[in-house]
Amino acid sequence: MIPFGSRELRSRLLPGGGMAHPLRTAARRPLGGRPESSGGSRGVSPFGKGTGVMMQRRWSGVLCLVAAAGLAGSPAAWAQDKPIDSQLLALAQDKPAEKPAEKPAEPVSATPEQKPPEGQAATKTLKEKVDEAMSSSKVMMDTIWTLVAGMLVFFMALGFACVESGFCRAKNAVNILSKNFIVVGVSSIAFWLLGWGLMFGDGGWFAGTSGLFFVSGADSSPLNGAGGYEGVYGSINWSTTPLWTKFFFQLVFCATAATIVSGAVAERIKYSSFIVFTFIMGVLIYPVVGHWIWGGGWAQARGFADFAGSTQVHSIGGWAALAGVIMLGPRIGKYSAEGRVNPIPGHSMSLATIGCFVLWFGWFGFNPGSTMGVDPAAISEVAVTTMMAAAVGTVAATITCWCLMGKPDLGMTLNGSLAGLVAITAPCAFVSVESSVIIGAIAGVLVVLSVIFFDKVKIDDPVGAISVHLVNGIWGTLAVGLFATKDRIQGRTGNTATDAGLFSGGGAGQLMNQIYGILGTAVYVFIGTIVVWAVLKAVMGIRVKAEEEVQGLDLGEHGQEAYPGFQMQAK
Amino acid sequence: MKKVEAVIKPFKLDEVKNALSQVGVQGLTVSEVRGFGRQKGHKEQYRGAEYTVDLVPKVKIEVVVGDNAVAPVVEAITRAARTGEIGDGKIFVSALEGVIRIRTGEKGEAAV
Repeated sequence: MIPFGSRELRSRLLPGGGMAHPLRTAARRPLGGRPESSGGSRGVSPFGKGTGVMMQRRWSGVLCLVAAAGLAGSPAAWAQDKPIDSQLLALAQDKPAEKPAEKPAEPVSATPEQKPPEGQAATKTLKEKVDEAMSSSKVMMDTIWTLVAGMLVFFMALGFACVESGFCRAKNAVNILSKNFIVVGVSSIAFWLLGWGLMFGDGGWFAGTSGLFFVSGADSSPLNGAGGYEGVYGSINWSTTPLWTKFFFQLVFCATAATIVSGAVAERIKYSSFIVFTFIMGVLIYPVVGHWIWGGGWAQARGFADFAGSTQVHSIGGWAALAGVIMLGPRIGKYSAEGRVNPIPGHSMSLATIGCFVLWFGWFGFNPGSTMGVDPAAISEVAVTTMMAAAVGTVAATITCWCLMGKPDLGMTLNGSLAGLVAITAPCAFVSVESSVIIGAIAGVLVVLSVIFFDKVKIDDPVGAISVHLVNGIWGTLAVGLFATKDRIQGRTGNTATDAGLFSGGGAGQLMNQIYGILGTAVYVFIGTIVVWAVLKAVMGIRVKAEEEVQGLDLGEHGQEAYPGFQMQAK
Repeated sequence: MKKVEAVIKPFKLDEVKNALSQVGVQGLTVSEVRGFGRQKGHKEQYRGAEYTVDLVPKVKIEVVVGDNAVAPVVEAITRAARTGEIGDGKIFVSALEGVIRIRTGEKGEAAV
């Protein structure tokens, strides 16, 4: 999702015409000199230092009070931002605000009453310009498309729930389903509370500083920059859709990133700790990186390009998942002392397959929807690059597994499709269909090798979330620097700091941009989430007790079974 | 009275049931069990790792018959359940101390 649209189309359809990109031309700052700490150790015992029950209850109480106080106090901060019809707002954009009197009046859907009297210059209030834009057919189509695409992305939450519970044991099904469900709720609240503002509010190279809380900043969507946008969410004003459409679309992306973590930490994480972690991800981790990549921050400024979120959604989720798995330790019985890997088969491959199909389907909102507007050529091509990468990834993973293991494992086949989808997410709008085939093929091979690798190094990932999302998130981001074509990447980002990829005659510049973005994300997210997990481990514990893990988290965490009376209990 | 327990391959259940009703058995109990004999288990794979499944699914049939019915029942089960491959199963015959029909309270042979 980055600024997108052909110039002719925009100038013909938009009031004011033209395409301007609010890209910040902030001076490039060097990547912060943060020392690479080693993060948390694997821990002596897989169960962490269990704090006593009373201590945990006291700390939970403190956390609740702090959260409540924060929520109660936020309307005060919220009230600082003025409503949208105030024209005295200081704009945080680099370019000076266009005064209405200087703009030639070329309204798309001018009604007789709104036509300026003959001989006089057109002066429209902001409200009039917004109302006019809202009734333009381009804005209408863009809005419908973006909203429906967002609904498809929301539907991916079902996909994750099915895949994860299918790949895990029945005795943990309620817990996994609960995690996937509550994550949507918690992420939505977090993103509304502060995430959106940090991500898209005008600000600096690191994070937004305007319109932070409750999406309350001034905004004159669907006007874009050239159309006389006035407001504090300049980095996303290239999309000619109303503010709530933009917010809705971005919110479902945030929810998607959070569910990635749930798969990797499944079958041994404490439900309460997971909820707290998800909230922190939604307010601090995801939006800050989002500001770098899509919100006008340093990565975007130097030409880093991630169309729909291989880094923003999948790598962030992947790094957080990796950090969580390292801090948690493997499931009981997964690895033997002699180094043998003990498979813990999932309880329903049918459910996993359903989930995978749902994810594939939802991705057609994820990728083509990231245009956040209707350019028929672009969304068509993006839909096909998405499709081909998934299809080829599926086949490549199947063949790889077949060769290595002797038989085609369905779990690997499913992961292959997801790997292809993750890998194409960044480059989907920047590469040709032929390139998407190569990207998907490599993704399919990568995911199989990665699953085997992580088991070898005793990183227990029940659903392959790290292999699918982190490894292929990085691969997809790099693929932009290899396969992007100049017309596509510059035309569909509006970012002149981008360039063609290595194989398209652009040299190594774009590849370096991608590497910087990957490294920056890795440092911030991995180290940041290691710290968060470590704090949670010390304060409230992150892993369930051994007896509970053996009995199944359904009974321990939720007091209920997914399939009551159907199975023999372990205890 | 004797109890005849037969552990057989699951797909043979219908054949054995039919054979038993042909020799006049009027009641039986079936349960799903797991086990192994000299057959051992088989190899499976999951996400790149191989493992051996030791306990193979089987079906256990329990029939209670009078002493003189044991031979034909055993012969019927054997004939129906045999495939000639490893894992055909086993039959256990044991003596029963008592049988009671719950509905009427009948005891002994009348309860079978």
